[in-house]
Amino acid sequence: MSILVYTEAENGKFKKNALEVASYAHKVAQEMGTEVTALSFNVSDNSALGNYGVSKVLKVENEQLKTFHAKAYASVIAEAVKKEGAKLVILSSSTDSKYLGGLLSGMLKAGYIPNAVSAPDSVEPMVVKRMAFSNKGFAHTEINTETKIIGVSNNAFGLIENATDLQEEAFSPATEEKDFATKSVNVDKVAGEVTIADADIVVSAGRGLKGPENWGMIEELADVLGAATACSKPVSDMGWRSHGEHVGQTGKPVASNLYIAIGISGAIQHLAGVSASKVKVVINTDPEAPFFKAADYGIVGDAFEVVPELIEKLKEFKAQNA
Amino acid sequence: MKILVCISNVPDTTSKINFTQDNTKFDTTGVQFVINPNDEFGLTRAMWFKEKQGATVHVATVGGPQVEPTMRKALAIGADEGIRINAEPTDGFFVAQQLAEVIKNGEYDLVIGGRESIDYNGGMVPGIIAAILNINFVNTCIGLEIEGEKVTAMREIDGGKEKLESTLPLIIGGQKGLVEESDLRIPNMRGIMMARKKQINVLEPAEALHATSDKTFDKPAQKGPVKLVDADNVGELIELLHNEAKVI
Repeated sequence: MSILVYTEAENGKFKKNALEVASYAHKVAQEMGTEVTALSFNVSDNSALGNYGVSKVLKVENEQLKTFHAKAYASVIAEAVKKEGAKLVILSSSTDSKYLGGLLSGMLKAGYIPNAVSAPDSVEPMVVKRMAFSNKGFAHTEINTETKIIGVSNNAFGLIENATDLQEEAFSPATEEKDFATKSVNVDKVAGEVTIADADIVVSAGRGLKGPENWGMIEELADVLGAATACSKPVSDMGWRSHGEHVGQTGKPVASNLYIAIGISGAIQHLAGVSASKVKVVINTDPEAPFFKAADYGIVGDAFEVVPELIEKLKEFKAQNA
Repeated sequence: MKILVCISNVPDTTSKINFTQDNTKFDTTGVQFVINPNDEFGLTRAMWFKEKQGATVHVATVGGPQVEPTMRKALAIGADEGIRINAEPTDGFFVAQQLAEVIKNGEYDLVIGGRESIDYNGGMVPGIIAAILNINFVNTCIGLEIEGEKVTAMREIDGGKEKLESTLPLIIGGQKGLVEESDLRIPNMRGIMMARKKQINVLEPAEALHATSDKTFDKPAQKGPVKLVDADNVGELIELLHNEAKVI
């Protein structure tokens, strides 16, 4: 009766959210008096999981599963649940994990709580605090089914090291043709860039930047901080930046440790999309901008003066703290 | 082609969120309800298919009579017929089972749901339906073309997009990108008049599992006032982020 964790990987390496989910699962396992089994897809070195409380890893090595296929992955996870007699499956709340979550819930007839923002309030009954109303509220939700699924919000729990003696086991579930009825034909992803979903820090800019030609300094600031870049809705609507960078209620949610908003006034839909971020900084010429009410730190000033100065000072800071 | 658009009746994006009855119920006082934005992108894409390729479009909602104004709006935009499953949409699993019954009986080629609703943000309904009915599924769908049985879909992934090929029948979890916001339709007077004559079929719910239940709600803690740093002293901001907030 273990807990099963789905660990996301890219190019054969675990993503940060895989280790965060493992950390979360370890905490729940302690409460339940059980152990954590992880499932990894095409990762040769699984040792990192042993640092975050995983006791056993089921290693799937399968050419067909090199890239993410929601239905095939969900079938494999469901098979692993059966094999391990797992009563709880834990995933992240990334785009791929949310794709899996609904499918798994239907396959396993398991109640599913996505966007969990903290460890369960209780494990018997299983009650979990989750984001609701686009971060304007939280629901404490009970799962009523025997098998349960929790999706942990990015950066909500953090990485907590717990060294365990990790056992590894090869796992080769049969995949069927029908699992691949929806085929991936092309992935268009900018290599090497930090994505909004994975980023600890997000640097975001709005109409105050006046035009797409002025984004160089935003990218430079993001580069210095190792951050992802994002933008407000009007900016993506005007085509200054891609839709993938649009942050807000109908865009991407951001749950970073630090969110820096430059030249963004702070419409309610935008604030809903960033409210899960831990620390918010706003830079805006208008002291009445609504974002100042939601931010932790602020500078009333012209982005074209403040941002270059901030980049210089950050470079000095990094040099001193290297 | 026969299309079903599943719509959720949600508080509009600017609503103030409050809870009543000892924080066990969402307070609907003074709240304006609308079509869930992610579903509206899907509904507009369905209208596109109807007009360019020929399709019948039905809309379905799980909810009491109070959701009918939202359904009428969808009919005024151009959906042909409405289906209301007469039950409180208490949890995603329950809603998905009710919609799966409608889909099974209606023999739809394409089912469009939203990536998530902006109230409970579960985002699980299309996936559960896909699993129950064993049909193809694309989530976070930002582009959809259909030729005969062949489907080409684009989905958003973290840091980019992915092109997928599939076949009908298909269910998607749609979002902005399926159509642009500027393409969303405001019902005109003719549409509103016609919508009055269109049928909303009320179905009683099928027996179904309530997989989760919301016990209580709360709101984020009140935040302290913003700490302002002088524009001439940005070094102080770095100090604060390093020493006080400990985020750099």
